[in-house]
Amino acid sequence: MASSETALAADRKARGIGPFLRSQMRNIAPFLTLIFLSLFFAFASPSFATLDNLGNILTQVSVTGIIAVGLTFVILCAEIDLSIASIANVTGIAVAYFTLQESYVNIANVPLPGAVAILLSILLCALLGLVNALGLTVIGIPSFIMTLAMMQIAAGISALLVRGQIAYKVPSLISTLGSGSIGGIPWIVIVAAIMLLAGHLVLTYTRFGRYVYMVGGNREAAEYSGLNVKLILGTVMVISAVCSGIGGMLGVAHFGSAQQNEFDTYLLDSIAAVVVGGTSLFGGRGGIGNTIVGLFVLGVLNNGLDHVNIDSFLKILIRGLILLAALVINVYAQRLREKTAD
Amino acid sequence: MQQARSPILELQGITKSFGGVEALRGVDFALYAGEIHGLVGENGAGKSTLMKIIAGVHPEFSGRFLVNGQETRFRSARDAHAAGIAMVHQELSVAPDLTVAENVFLGNQPTNRLGIVQWRRMAREAGEQLARFGINVDPMSRLGDLPIGLQQLIEIARVLFSGARIVILDEPTSALSPPEVERLFTTLRRLRDEGTGIVFISHFIEDILRVSDTVTVFRNGRKVAETASAATTKGALIEAMIGRGGEVLEHSYTDDLSLPKPSDGPVVLKVDQLSLARSLQDVSFEARAGEVLGIYGFMGCGQQELSRILFGKLKPDSGALIVDGAAKSFASTAAARRAGVALVPESRRAMLFHQEPVYKNVSISILDRISALLLKPAREREIAKHQVEQLQIRPPVVALDLGMLSGGNQQKVALAKWLTYPPKLLVLCEPTRGMDVGAKNDVINIVRDLRARGLAIIVLSTEPETVLSLADRILVLKRGALVREFTNEPVSKDRLLEAA
Ligand SMILES: Nc1ncnc2c1ncn2[C@@H]1O[C@H](COP(=O)(O)OP(=O)(O)OP(=O)(O)O)[C@@H](O)[C@H]1O
Ligand SMILES: [Mg+2]
Repeated sequence: MASSETALAADRKARGIGPFLRSQMRNIAPFLTLIFLSLFFAFASPSFATLDNLGNILTQVSVTGIIAVGLTFVILCAEIDLSIASIANVTGIAVAYFTLQESYVNIANVPLPGAVAILLSILLCALLGLVNALGLTVIGIPSFIMTLAMMQIAAGISALLVRGQIAYKVPSLISTLGSGSIGGIPWIVIVAAIMLLAGHLVLTYTRFGRYVYMVGGNREAAEYSGLNVKLILGTVMVISAVCSGIGGMLGVAHFGSAQQNEFDTYLLDSIAAVVVGGTSLFGGRGGIGNTIVGLFVLGVLNNGLDHVNIDSFLKILIRGLILLAALVINVYAQRLREKTAD
Repeated sequence: MQQARSPILELQGITKSFGGVEALRGVDFALYAGEIHGLVGENGAGKSTLMKIIAGVHPEFSGRFLVNGQETRFRSARDAHAAGIAMVHQELSVAPDLTVAENVFLGNQPTNRLGIVQWRRMAREAGEQLARFGINVDPMSRLGDLPIGLQQLIEIARVLFSGARIVILDEPTSALSPPEVERLFTTLRRLRDEGTGIVFISHFIEDILRVSDTVTVFRNGRKVAETASAATTKGALIEAMIGRGGEVLEHSYTDDLSLPKPSDGPVVLKVDQLSLARSLQDVSFEARAGEVLGIYGFMGCGQQELSRILFGKLKPDSGALIVDGAAKSFASTAAARRAGVALVPESRRAMLFHQEPVYKNVSISILDRISALLLKPAREREIAKHQVEQLQIRPPVVALDLGMLSGGNQQKVALAKWLTYPPKLLVLCEPTRGMDVGAKNDVINIVRDLRARGLAIIVLSTEPETVLSLADRILVLKRGALVREFTNEPVSKDRLLEAA
């Protein structure tokens, strides 16, 4: 931390306060949005600013948060992963598929010991991530298209596994982490926090993390620097799939059921969290810190809208508008940054 | 001589600072219609900054700014454009994904009354304009697919024929071959005679003396001299630029130079019958430890492709690379780097991270040597500081974003990336492009030092001076084939040009 602070200080000195603030716009704007929204809902509804409700918000954003960790890596590399929600879904379904269900559940499943079921499910999502990785790096399919195909493939596997039915049981470890709590704190919040922290540490303090930023910042330069760009991109796609898979397993435990299309809203939510937080869609800028702010913006917005009296159909529109505003800021911040660095 | 007329452009007491860095301090500058005004100065002297102020890129500065005697303030490059000022930037600023024609007409494409672009007309007119300038390309081809020198020519053509009354060229010749430079000069003289005011920045002092009417010298953000070109000499200009005697620094290489006896060090690289469709034919040579092998040729002769193949960025159609006795076919640049090969490409943009600090740029290629899993930023900065001192990169602040360095200083950073853990084979494309005379001299010394440490070094350049100043042995590449080798014999600029 100290290192990046001295660098920042030197940066500020070299550039002057105005340009420095402008260059930090992508970090400042989401934070201001968060503060503004929180204050707004706090005044608008007495039930919003309570400790209980903070707990609700945290729990509500946990699954998105887990998925968004991996997606942050992908977007930092200037790629996209549209298969996150489908992979979450299929992994959640797989872990249920490998668990003994009650007799009234009409699924031809394959009951296995819990640890094996979890392991197989993780392998499954990692494998799907690997297919994304190979398509992107070896064959050269743009990630947008490759993961669009994967979205369909994963949905197809889900459909085959559950055949329109609903499964309920998951291994006990998963059901504890997904729906249990310790000392009043839901395990799922703890898991999300640990994964976000781990993602942050990897991105900030490891060599791999640096490579992710550099590949995202200028892919050609990364290649001319002798980095194995394909390996880095491939790894990032696998990380994203595994994070989605974990999110999917815990999500299934959290919702109490595993079924088709259960995670559909998480695709947009996860992308929104990352982008609203200020991570650049052009790669190389942002990070888990931004994603956390983005998660809170989304969480506060979704939760807050439930506390005020608004037409529930209007809510969808409001969310869309906020997302649009965030995108505008994202692109605008990039331009400012390019200008100051010229 | 032009004193009787009033300048079309006049700047008085211009001061510009970027936060802590003072780039310009109280500079006066005047440009007359019908004059070519040369601008020289060390890397980071402030030349580009002043030109960007004129072109409206940096709207914030202090001082007076007059166009045709009228005090003016541009708020953007668009304002400057409207006032008839056009600039070729030091960094290529073309749009690689657009066609040649679109680039030529960037911003003012011919449209019909409905606002629809008239493609056919645009292509035809672009083709005509370029042909007038001696460039024959398909106007509908994608610009990014052309060699970098051609891209530069097209950008110059666009600016020259935009109808601007004031034209600024910031190091326009860095990627051009001698005949292309000649053509450019002919065009510049014609435009001058038609009354255009032209500013021409270059580190090639001979070119400046040859083409310009007036020369201004910058040092450390100040104007230190302004004279008629006819009344000065190369030595005097260099002395004004760097404050010490210039004779030693720039050799003109018109006389014969004798190459040393070839090195008998072990063969580090053996290239065997390398071919690549339409770019390289049966290229074979060896590079030995402790020698600098120069490869000279005109733009488009296949140098760029050859360097990319050596670094695993391009795959040859046939032929073999043998590094340290083992046959290699690099699947990636990472594999080449691991095998001990390093490349500095001719374009800075290609290997530098403009939005990252200098120290991250210096350390990126050697991170795996510095740290296993966790980064060691303190060590990275220490390494970068050392390189910044060695190469005299200015300003010497390793936390500064790379994009804030002047062009020549960025080029030094590109070299610095490979110097901490020297590779076995170092491939340098145009290593001194954009560097001032002092910095060129520094690079010559660095390369000699690396050679003494037993590296094999290959220098590829389209400038005879660069090859002559660095190489122990010289190969000439012509249309993809090696046509001549100079070993242990006299060589001069003319002999090289003749062979190519
Ligand atoms: N956008 C910027 N932000 C901060 N500092 C800058 C910026 N642009 C230029 N500078 C600084 O201003 C000084 C002058 O730079 P400039 O680019 O004008 O030099 P130059 O004479 O064109 O050099 P070169 O021959 O290397 O191109 C340098 O010290 C440079 O680091
Ligand atoms: Mg410059």
